[in-house]
Amino acid sequence: MARKSFAVVFAGSGGSGAMSAGAIFLRACARAGYFGMMNQLFGAQVRGGESAALVQIGVEPVEAQPDRYDLFVALDWDKVDQFAAEIPLDEASIIIADPQAGAMPPNIAKSKARSVAFDMNEGVKHGRGPQRINMHAVGAICALLGLSTGDVEAAVADVFKDKPADVVAANQQSAVSGFAASANLTLNFRFDPPQQAARWLISGNQAIALGALRGGVRFVGCYPITPATDLVEWLAPHLMKLGGRLVLGEDELASVNMALGASYGGTPAMTVTAGPGFSLMVETIGLAVAAEIPLVLVNVMRAGPSTGIASKTEQSDINLAIYGAHGDAPRVVMAPMSVADCAATAEYATYVAEALQTPVIVLSDQQLGQSTTVIDSEQPRPKPMTRRVNGVAPADGAFKRYAIGADPLTPMPRPGTPGREWVAEGLTHNEVGLPASGAGPHVAQINKRAKKIARFDPGAWWGECWGDSATAIVAFGSTIGPAREAARRLAAAGRPVRVIALRVIAPLPAEPLARALHGVRRVIVVEQNHGAQLYHYLLGQKAIPTAAESVARPGPLPYRPSEIASYVA
Amino acid sequence: MSLDTDKTVHDAAALSEAPHCVFDAKDFASGAHPVWCPGCGDFGVLAALERALAKHGRPPHEVVLVSGIGCSSRLPGYMSTYGFHGVHGRALAAATGLKLTRPDLEVIVVGGDGDGYSIGGNHFIHACRRNVDMLYVVMDNRVYGMTKGQPSPTTEADWDSDIAPGGIGLRPFNPLAVAIASGANYVARGFSGDPNGLADLILDGLHWPGFAFIEVLSPCVTFRPEQSGWKKLVRPSAISVEADRAAATALVLADDGFSLGVLYRGDRAAVAPPLKPSIAVADIEREFTLA
Repeated sequence: MARKSFAVVFAGSGGSGAMSAGAIFLRACARAGYFGMMNQLFGAQVRGGESAALVQIGVEPVEAQPDRYDLFVALDWDKVDQFAAEIPLDEASIIIADPQAGAMPPNIAKSKARSVAFDMNEGVKHGRGPQRINMHAVGAICALLGLSTGDVEAAVADVFKDKPADVVAANQQSAVSGFAASANLTLNFRFDPPQQAARWLISGNQAIALGALRGGVRFVGCYPITPATDLVEWLAPHLMKLGGRLVLGEDELASVNMALGASYGGTPAMTVTAGPGFSLMVETIGLAVAAEIPLVLVNVMRAGPSTGIASKTEQSDINLAIYGAHGDAPRVVMAPMSVADCAATAEYATYVAEALQTPVIVLSDQQLGQSTTVIDSEQPRPKPMTRRVNGVAPADGAFKRYAIGADPLTPMPRPGTPGREWVAEGLTHNEVGLPASGAGPHVAQINKRAKKIARFDPGAWWGECWGDSATAIVAFGSTIGPAREAARRLAAAGRPVRVIALRVIAPLPAEPLARALHGVRRVIVVEQNHGAQLYHYLLGQKAIPTAAESVARPGPLPYRPSEIASYVA
Repeated sequence: MSLDTDKTVHDAAALSEAPHCVFDAKDFASGAHPVWCPGCGDFGVLAALERALAKHGRPPHEVVLVSGIGCSSRLPGYMSTYGFHGVHGRALAAATGLKLTRPDLEVIVVGGDGDGYSIGGNHFIHACRRNVDMLYVVMDNRVYGMTKGQPSPTTEADWDSDIAPGGIGLRPFNPLAVAIASGANYVARGFSGDPNGLADLILDGLHWPGFAFIEVLSPCVTFRPEQSGWKKLVRPSAISVEADRAAATALVLADDGFSLGVLYRGDRAAVAPPLKPSIAVADIEREFTLA
């Protein structure tokens, strides 16, 4: 039977080229018309340590890390043993290694995967040294999958576009040599034929950056933090060419306040961080709520608490995103439903922040952010919404920026507008924005802001529901992909499951969620944190029955479809 | 704004008398009644700002006052300009984002010594480094007034208080030396008891490119009544240094803290405004396509 998906690992020590191999393999497959996803594993070293590229390709979109890997390509065995827990192998897996690389490490060997000897240096002996064994291996695997040498050569040229022409040519030659050498491997990686379509190769972090640009973000304040740094590194030069600006703040406190200052001036603004930085920004979320200033905060979640595990995924900042700040500080929290959805969610977040004059938190995570994924280039996009800036200049007295009336949304004129001067105020204030400590303005302004958030209706953008069976999985963010894959398998086994994905988490889209849950007898909330933060939030909102079940475990290992499927079954 | 190294404080005063002035100081007052204690030095700073802005000639709607938290940070509400009264210590960061995206606005940051040198100390250093074209006025009374009398970074080591009986025992922070060493392009000291002199410094700082910092001795009559003696100690500085940071640092370190006037003016160019857009978002999207 031909395969519908194929999972392969390229692993090796620093300098072995595992990441290049993975990137070129994924790109070659994408050019051939397959979907795919690549994740990266690194050792603890800052530079030059062992690494592994985890690649899964398929004829359908790939949105979850696989249960197991079909193929493990060992470029060498140096310290690769430490990745064993994150690279599930079994008796049906195949390990390709050069016998000259020495003995297989015990944690890999105990998987009982079948080992196949492959002379990695064969065919590159006439090249410029052994450092391109990675290309030779990629060529061989691509040949076994039925790809053309043209796909691989083009992929090499794409990935090495900044390298000199002779380096590109030498790598292409090594890859092509792998095609011939594949005849020595009596392996069958036969695959369903792919469907050609207009596709993109993009990471979740890049897609969030793109969505923010589409939404109009032209100022970013940020501070380096894994796994969010590559998002802002991608953004910086593009923002500059778009007439915007990215400023590297002295810390996250500066970054978020810079963004808020830019937004006050009328420029849609964003800050990008991960858990530790987000903790520092919480104070300014309160200010943005109180002063009613739009702001997009992207939190690419990683394992916590404290510094946790910088490079690995978790969904444990839900409580902080929904509740983080002292006082009553309602805000909007949303999460992309897949890598393909990252751009749309970020664009939508920008529009909502601008339209509601409120902070909007985008909860991404390392699994979404740092997965390089093949997606259809055409994705739904939200309708633009803008900030209300006009307002009417008062005949006498100060402009009532924070006017109390039937509409809780009051215009916020751009500085520079004559006759409408106002002060953005974090203290409890009256209608004109002057500090006030009486009960009247305090209650009136809290009600104004609460009403503004409560009235927010995301319409069709609340989330998605797939299926109509009586058992439902509720999930958000990077857990949706594995949940959907689990549902596909359960459906194939005659046990269909409904999957309900939340894009908007706060304010909870109670009505569409209730509609999605209509007819459901068993609710299972799946999330990646120990405390079941989403589950308790949904219980607290009375959105799910008390009999609802919780599947909650911390990262850093991604949810795999079988884990969810076996729980549901 | 061009870099005009020939201007001095006195030139600035002369400039302010130019015929294009159409505003009066009261045009910059909001009419709100300050929370400050009677006799607070900050009244003098508010008056100086109003006078300087009237002379500056830009209308209130083109000016934004940005502040953090503390007695002096209440100031934006007392002016008729746009304002941003944010969180404690982060005013410079907010102002940086504002000025970089709205170079057309006149951005002035105001606050106190606790806000600027303690909780906001890191931002102070980096604002000096960054050299964005804005003015920072610190009303230094060497005490946390709003919380009723705790020692701030500029408080004398032996000043007795409830929270630090017998004195905090720490060497006071020298904001001028830190500003000069960190890259501020204009460093001056003013006195709230001389609003006209301070207005001249403010105007000069507004005209000077890059990050201009004015430390204002602004007595707290409630918790530091002995500061009423400052009026007898202040005097014009004998020296003003141009460009040479080492000489300027030596000057302010040797000073007793009561020399008034421009102490240092640098020749750094301010951060440039954003470039004009040269591409569209659609151009960027092409990098993701699989040809």
